[in-house]
Amino acid sequence: MDTIFALATAPGKAGVAIVRLSGPSAWTAIEDLCGSVPPLRVASLRQVRGSGGVLDEALVLVFDAGASFTGEQVAELQLHGSTAVVAAVLTELSGLAGLRQAEAGEFTRRALENGRLDLAQVEGLADLIDAETEAQRRQAQRVLAGELGAKAAGWRKDLIRAAALLEATIDFADEDVPVDVTPEVRDLLSGVSASLAAEVAGVGIAERVRTGFEVAIVGAPNVGKSTLLNALAGREAAITSDIAGTTRDVIEVRMDLGGLPVTVLDTAGVRDTLDPVEAIGVQRAKDRALSADLRIFLVEEGDAPPFDWLEGDLVVVSKSDVVGSGDGRISSRTGEGLDWLVGSVRTRLEGLAAGSGVATRHRHRLAMERSLERLAVAVDLVERGSDGVELAAEEIRSAVRALESLIGLVDVESLLDDIFSSFCIGK
Amino acid sequence: MKHSDVDVVVIGGGHAGCEAAAASARLGARTILVTLKRDGIGVMSCNPAIGGLGKGHLVREIDALDGVMGRIADLAGIQFRLLNRRKGPAVQGPRAQADRKIYRTEMLAELEATPNLQIVEGEVVDFRMDGVRVSGVVLADGAAIDAGSVVLTTGTFLRGVIHIGDQTKPGGRMGDKPSVRLAERMDSFGLRMGRLKTGTPPRLDGRTIDWSVLEQQPGDAEPVLFSFLSKTVSAKQIACGITYTNERTHEIIRENLGRSAMYSGNIEGVGPRYCPSIEDKVVRFAEKTSHQIFLEPEGVDDHTVYPNGISTSLPVDVQEDYVHSVRGLENSVILQPGYAIEYDYVDPRSLNLQLGVKSVPGLFLAGQINGTTGYEEAAAQGMVAGLNAAKSAMDQDPVEFGRTDSYIGVMVDDLTSRGVTEPYRMFTSRAEFRLSLRADNADQRLTPLGMEIGCIRPARQAEFQAKMEQLGFGKDVLTAKAYTPQELSVAGIKASNDGSKRTLFDVLSFPDVTMAEVQALEPEVSALAPEIRQQLATDALYAKYIERQLRDVDALKKDEHEAIPDDFDFNALVGLSNELKAKLVQFRPTNLAQAGRVEGMTPAALTLILARIRKAKTDARRLQA
Repeated sequence: MDTIFALATAPGKAGVAIVRLSGPSAWTAIEDLCGSVPPLRVASLRQVRGSGGVLDEALVLVFDAGASFTGEQVAELQLHGSTAVVAAVLTELSGLAGLRQAEAGEFTRRALENGRLDLAQVEGLADLIDAETEAQRRQAQRVLAGELGAKAAGWRKDLIRAAALLEATIDFADEDVPVDVTPEVRDLLSGVSASLAAEVAGVGIAERVRTGFEVAIVGAPNVGKSTLLNALAGREAAITSDIAGTTRDVIEVRMDLGGLPVTVLDTAGVRDTLDPVEAIGVQRAKDRALSADLRIFLVEEGDAPPFDWLEGDLVVVSKSDVVGSGDGRISSRTGEGLDWLVGSVRTRLEGLAAGSGVATRHRHRLAMERSLERLAVAVDLVERGSDGVELAAEEIRSAVRALESLIGLVDVESLLDDIFSSFCIGK
Repeated sequence: MKHSDVDVVVIGGGHAGCEAAAASARLGARTILVTLKRDGIGVMSCNPAIGGLGKGHLVREIDALDGVMGRIADLAGIQFRLLNRRKGPAVQGPRAQADRKIYRTEMLAELEATPNLQIVEGEVVDFRMDGVRVSGVVLADGAAIDAGSVVLTTGTFLRGVIHIGDQTKPGGRMGDKPSVRLAERMDSFGLRMGRLKTGTPPRLDGRTIDWSVLEQQPGDAEPVLFSFLSKTVSAKQIACGITYTNERTHEIIRENLGRSAMYSGNIEGVGPRYCPSIEDKVVRFAEKTSHQIFLEPEGVDDHTVYPNGISTSLPVDVQEDYVHSVRGLENSVILQPGYAIEYDYVDPRSLNLQLGVKSVPGLFLAGQINGTTGYEEAAAQGMVAGLNAAKSAMDQDPVEFGRTDSYIGVMVDDLTSRGVTEPYRMFTSRAEFRLSLRADNADQRLTPLGMEIGCIRPARQAEFQAKMEQLGFGKDVLTAKAYTPQELSVAGIKASNDGSKRTLFDVLSFPDVTMAEVQALEPEVSALAPEIRQQLATDALYAKYIERQLRDVDALKKDEHEAIPDDFDFNALVGLSNELKAKLVQFRPTNLAQAGRVEGMTPAALTLILARIRKAKTDARRLQA
């Protein structure tokens, strides 16, 4: 049984961040990181050490199997609430044998399996599923829409092809299929490995600068989106002018919003337009806005948002200094209502903890690293020739499974499709 | 307990029916096999071969459960080849050409000699019903047989239609009548049905083939048999011939495509992609100028030759033309034209893991009726259905196989959770744990289970236990002592100098290390029987991988054991999207592992389902108390 861990508190800057571990290796993990396991149920101060030195000073709590909320050995690390510290500790934990990041709902599942959950708590699962589904949708959209999406599609195609070639020589050995597929498989695997390695190297940097949520400001042209962005950022980040359609591309500004690391997106004004260049900008704005964690729809008094909003999105009336103040009204010029807006954004983002921000990127990087390890072994085995072919196939299968969150499910049907469309099988 | 004439009635004497009847009888259930004709028992209606990749694994598993197919195939085998001999043992598959007549007669003799089993000639036209439960069968002559459970193995007989060119006629197999009345009764159950297609090539008279100009494919010098009990081949061994289609053949086929049943739109059933007709090959792989044809003799004293690779639904005159265009077949005579056959199948998602129809207690289905193809797939399902029909009739616990223990389990799980879109055939790539599910260790995996459920007869039990003792002893010899890298290097074995000691079993997993080198270090190894040494070497080769997969295996097993009751209300799950609910309602997963494979399923949603299962159990307990 794996030992699972996860950040149990909302991500972002806060007083305390709690990382929870559950499973048979929970205590040994604490011993690895903190030098010793504190007495049961006694909060004890420990230095948390990683391969690069001291990561943080934390309060550590351990619970015995049978007397914890999951029924397994459980440990809690109460860390200082900094994104960097949390990310470092999560990375350290995932390097330990037998440990992995928890899936959404997994702690609950273990509690359930061990009879540690009452039915009222089970009812609460419904909310968890809503949040998880929404987080997954958004995450998938972001992966697909981004540059990573195109790369992931390429990896998928090449890995399926490589696996299909090997499987064809195994399952259709007495058919009319090529006998030696080594060169093609080797090239495919090496190509994917190189691309993954480059991505992993890049993710480290991206993680430091891009950690956090995305909030998109959406609205008709000239409603004051850029002015709002500037007011939030406190500087002239976007060019603002009175000419409609100034912001044709998406402008991203990273800022600290009420303690949360947030990237605010200023999108092009959404309106029907004949100008082909602006039309592209408008479409891009919509797509980009939909992949963000949250949208602020900025409207003139009496107007409806330019496209359908999703549950949890904010609709805000602009220019309260002109049209008069009230609930849900702001003025970027006077600053009226901005505190309320920032507070609302924070509340909503905190609700989206599962599957976003640090955890997602962290997960992706781990997936790519695990996949790389397996691919390296697979390339060696492929070189060895046909007597290791079933082992090479197994390594590719592991590599593909590791990447599943990025490239989607690859099952035997995907391989068979490739085989049957490439080779004339059927003697 | 109501009175029944017998415990189990098996309908059909094909590969599924034979295995089902034998399995049921082995468990001690009073069993009747109803077949149209006694000589129809064990008929191979397609190519005269058993085994292959994935399929050979199934035969070994059937044998490990003391089934009949492996032993009979060994008796009937006229050419044995171990496929993938040069690849790892996990993907090696035993295969044999079989003498059709020997197979048929030996199968009949085997079943006739099986205690608790009676063969009845007749046509089952209807079921006897007891409410929604099937409680027996009615024969065409009006006779009725009451039974605790019924196994239906209709093969291609359910609304079977044979196509040769533009001619169609109803029929389950060339020369046999289809089961229309039974099909109507099946309709009344409201099960989701579909239509599939399969085809056969024309059969040739071997005496009219010019073998002298053809390549020969001999069998292996050291035949590898199917059954763990068989020691040597029994029938005379022969070679197969190989020839090829050519441009002229393809031209004839292209010119007459419009007359092919498949290309004229007469056939609606879906055929298998891995067994295309020659028409399909010529159209879909137009760039290929030649396709292989294996000329497989159907028996040692039978002139019929099965030209494997040119199945067709073209009219007879075109079949003659294209056959005659092939080298060696210029003057060959067609004994029976090739044909395509369409038939009904039941969406196997209506079945549970025991191959029982979920909505019709007492009724089990096996073989092509479940959307599969192949003798081995049919027989393996017959085993599952036969065992469970007997267990159910005798009021004992059901027998279920899982993806982690067998290809049988993989197949049953695939069928019942994903359904089929083309005739389902086994491949080794379908088994995610194929490094541990090997043909060589089928007995180690399944014979103990068989002993537990009571389907292994004493002779096999004794042989198996003796083998396990030797394996255990051999493993002890190989793990008794750990060697330093220096000690190993004396015997010429290179191990990385990392300070760790390794047992000989560890060392055997290195790619270049042979048993001979290991023997040099530990003389006791040479005292082991050669087949035991071979088995240990194979076990060692995969040990590390199997250890790595252990966590996945455990997780899957845990989910497979979390059964979802047949009456579980997926619609009542608050929190799931309507789309996911609809999929769950449609696929009705029978356990948590199957639910996890439904598209769009998330870990949290699985937790919710698990919570509901637990709650239902608690409620049920409370109600009882």
